[in-house]
Amino acid sequence: MKQLALAAAAVIVLAVISLFIGVSDVTPQSLLSPSPDDRAVQVLLISRIPRTLALVISGSAMAVTGMIMQILARNRFVEPSTAGTVEAASMGILVVTVLAPGASVFGKMLVASAFALAGTALFLRILQQIPLRSVLVVPLVGLMLGGVINAITTFFAYRLDLLQSLNAWMTGNFSGILRGRYELLWISFALMVVAYIAADRFTVAGMGQDFTTNLGMNYRRVMTLGLIIVSMVTAVVVVTVGMIPFLGLVVPNLVRLIFGDNLRRTVPWIALSGAGFVLACDIIGRVVRYPYEIPIGVVVGVIGSALFLYLLLRRNAYVA
Amino acid sequence: MIDVKGVTKAYDQKIVVNNVCLQLPVGGVTSIIGPNGAGKSTLLSMISRLLPMDAGTVTVDGLDVTKTPSDVLARRLSILRQDNHLGSRLTVRDLVTFGRYPYSKGRPTAEDMEHVRKALDYLNLEDLADRFLDELSGGQRQRAFVAMVLCQDTDYVLLDEPLNNLDLKHAVAMMKLLRRTADQLGKTVVLVLHDINFASCYSDYIVAMKHGQVAYQGTPEEIMRPEIMRHLYEVDVTVQNVNGQHIALYYA
Repeated sequence: MKQLALAAAAVIVLAVISLFIGVSDVTPQSLLSPSPDDRAVQVLLISRIPRTLALVISGSAMAVTGMIMQILARNRFVEPSTAGTVEAASMGILVVTVLAPGASVFGKMLVASAFALAGTALFLRILQQIPLRSVLVVPLVGLMLGGVINAITTFFAYRLDLLQSLNAWMTGNFSGILRGRYELLWISFALMVVAYIAADRFTVAGMGQDFTTNLGMNYRRVMTLGLIIVSMVTAVVVVTVGMIPFLGLVVPNLVRLIFGDNLRRTVPWIALSGAGFVLACDIIGRVVRYPYEIPIGVVVGVIGSALFLYLLLRRNAYVA
Repeated sequence: MIDVKGVTKAYDQKIVVNNVCLQLPVGGVTSIIGPNGAGKSTLLSMISRLLPMDAGTVTVDGLDVTKTPSDVLARRLSILRQDNHLGSRLTVRDLVTFGRYPYSKGRPTAEDMEHVRKALDYLNLEDLADRFLDELSGGQRQRAFVAMVLCQDTDYVLLDEPLNNLDLKHAVAMMKLLRRTADQLGKTVVLVLHDINFASCYSDYIVAMKHGQVAYQGTPEEIMRPEIMRHLYEVDVTVQNVNGQHIALYYA
């Protein structure tokens, strides 16, 4: 509990740092000094606070989603971006953009969720069909499925001259976040709360169908709830900020090494670590080439893939 | 009483369990034996509603296992499968606490925690309680799983090959423990066993299966006969009385 409070404090410190980074002059002094147009306050309210909130919510939600995805697939090395979920969601966005260009962001999100749900369900379906020889087959299958879906999406995007927009959706980027353009993320925050309430169910489901049935729970129902959470959170995050790769893979696995798999205990840790990780990566991306920005997807990709490699190489040490 | 009526299961035309009728008595230890592919585990899975059956009914104290709500059944009957190859990294205490889930629904009361304490104590797991399962030896892990099903505190405890992966010492300890569970806690223990001599020494009742059907059933004395063993396993078996126990010899 004390450690958790410390971790929360660390995330708050990162969030405060994140608020004061940027080209515009926003510092504690400029906020307090009276100026005629209150420019600093305006920037803070319209750009900085929404951006930091978006980072915290999407980071924690994607990390928790990664954990649930790993339970659904019963494999440690999957997350929405290695299971076809993200690709399916972006296909959904393309479909809405083409067929109903005037759709609201919420409408886009719903269609993207439906596609993400279908893509993830297809992935789980394929997993049931193939005999699994090694734990690494599962993420490979997911990557291939994602590749196939992405190829279809890219083809139509190319034909319809939407490649650039597609690329923009697929690369996580928080620089466009402004007040009025991130609020959808609160849906994923709500879903994270749902995941925490159902934490025991997910922990039991992680032990397999027979265990779950023995304890009197409906395995399918838990799986369906997980599927809905994964798809909706992914869709919301892809629609608002784009894809953040590796996050859902690295964070839950690192937390698991230390605290294990009792989700009642680990979900707060996964959420805080996810938020902290994304905040830190975003700060790096904004500072490295100051005053320019590197998209967060790139920073997370670089750091995350290094951590992922580390986890893969030491996997034999803890995979039972 | 567990009442099995006309239970059948087939995979792609191949009948694995064929029209089995069986009544398992209340109390004591009942072992299900038989050669590989006789349908023992499949039958146990159907009795414990882990596997749907193609035909027939199973009732546990009058409750039809396919129709009774799963959480009601989870307070009557617990099942431990053989391949407890968990991907989950849980501590022993967390695992055993989940045995109370049918009662606590995730919010264990003081009474639930008392059950957990007793189960850990019963299986000598206090020292390991806060270790992760993936850091334990096979025997310790098996004990943790048994502690979980005991913590579930059901009248019927079903175990599929609980001696798998256990060495001699741990196998004997496990059988003694299951015997004690039946004698002291008054539970009905049903086991699938490969080792016929363990079945002979520790069971009150033996059910022998072959080709998806119940071939024989009775007390160890009635079942541990050379001609029955030969018919079941298709090898020459002699049965000797060693210190009042019927021991099958089939090594040479």
